[in-house]
Amino acid sequence: MNTILPAGVPAPDFALNVTPDQRLRLSELRGRPVILAFYPADWSPVCGDQMALYNEMLADFHEYDAELLGISVDGAWCHAAFARDRKLHFPLLSDFEPKGAVSRLYGAYRENDGTSERALFVADADGIIRWSYCSPVGVNPGADGILSALESLARPSASTRQSVRTDARP
Amino acid sequence: MNGGRLTPPVGALDHVAGSADAPLTLVEYGDYECPYCGMAYPIVKAAQRKLGNQLRFVFRNFPLAESHPHAKRAAQAAEAAAAQGQFWPMHDVLFEHQGALEDADLVRYAKQLGLDAERFARELEAGTYEKRVRDDFRSGVRSGVNGTPTFFINGTRWDGGWADEAAFIDALHRQAAPRLGGPSDDFDDAVPLATRGPRPRPKRMSSSEPALNLTRSSLRRS
Repeated sequence: MNTILPAGVPAPDFALNVTPDQRLRLSELRGRPVILAFYPADWSPVCGDQMALYNEMLADFHEYDAELLGISVDGAWCHAAFARDRKLHFPLLSDFEPKGAVSRLYGAYRENDGTSERALFVADADGIIRWSYCSPVGVNPGADGILSALESLARPSASTRQSVRTDARP
Repeated sequence: MNGGRLTPPVGALDHVAGSADAPLTLVEYGDYECPYCGMAYPIVKAAQRKLGNQLRFVFRNFPLAESHPHAKRAAQAAEAAAAQGQFWPMHDVLFEHQGALEDADLVRYAKQLGLDAERFARELEAGTYEKRVRDDFRSGVRSGVNGTPTFFINGTRWDGGWADEAAFIDALHRQAAPRLGGPSDDFDDAVPLATRGPRPRPKRMSSSEPALNLTRSSLRRS
């Protein structure tokens, strides 16, 4: 397993396709917590479970004003088909070209498999990673770690988030 | 992460089958429309028969509604039946009729079970038990549930597999054995962490599995 980026470091910025003709830049989400869920592959059974679970959790994530992004090396058309089939209501980003470049930035690329790790990151409103976790690739990590991370962000939040918002950079 | 510890522990709000004194508590987080839960249903029944008063079984709702469009409603139906003292009969009927979980089916089952069907239908329509089902779901997430079914044995997530009936019952036996005659109210550390490993999933790869067909049905979502 790789050593993924730990808590305390800035989440490297990136821009990836979210649909075949739309790109999303991570820094566009500054001001809100972001959950990055790297996963090995669309359609594989564990991923399906994991993404289905997160899909059910969106309302809970939104309670923390958090945005969830799924990321794998699958192409944008593959993501589109997967999201439609599973009725996923959150963006799936394609770390497709150059393949795995963003996963590498986060220490979450599996060289031998050519896929992303099953790695989770929670970044705060300032874009600093506050929690990360790399699951064995065959194990669905669930969502309790994400919720705990969001909770601990929210605790000092009233003031922190306020100040983040007021001096947010463009 | 809490390491797969049941949160909150089994309590007064839970649906419990079996003796409170049982040395072994098996909790399932399940979904009435999930084919794997359907596969687990007779295995749990067999475990209950084999283990008798050594086992108490608890069921909590974990409907994956986007994958299984009838799952939330079915879970609420079981709760509506519970409000009339008939949780387990409804639970059984639902798992025995996973392919017929439309509202009309649910009301028909309520009638067959001798429930006040009017009240049942009214509560189902009003979403009376929506929060209850959601609370179960959240407790599951907090407990480290990552798919259905997920089992907890004496408060600790069981990742050892369940699809092999004999092996599952054997595993339950082994968990029960050292505790026979002991107190039943402290579940901590009953399962050593070392026994946990990746959970083998039963035949989930095949594209001909019913799981995939179920996701085609139209989505009921407000």
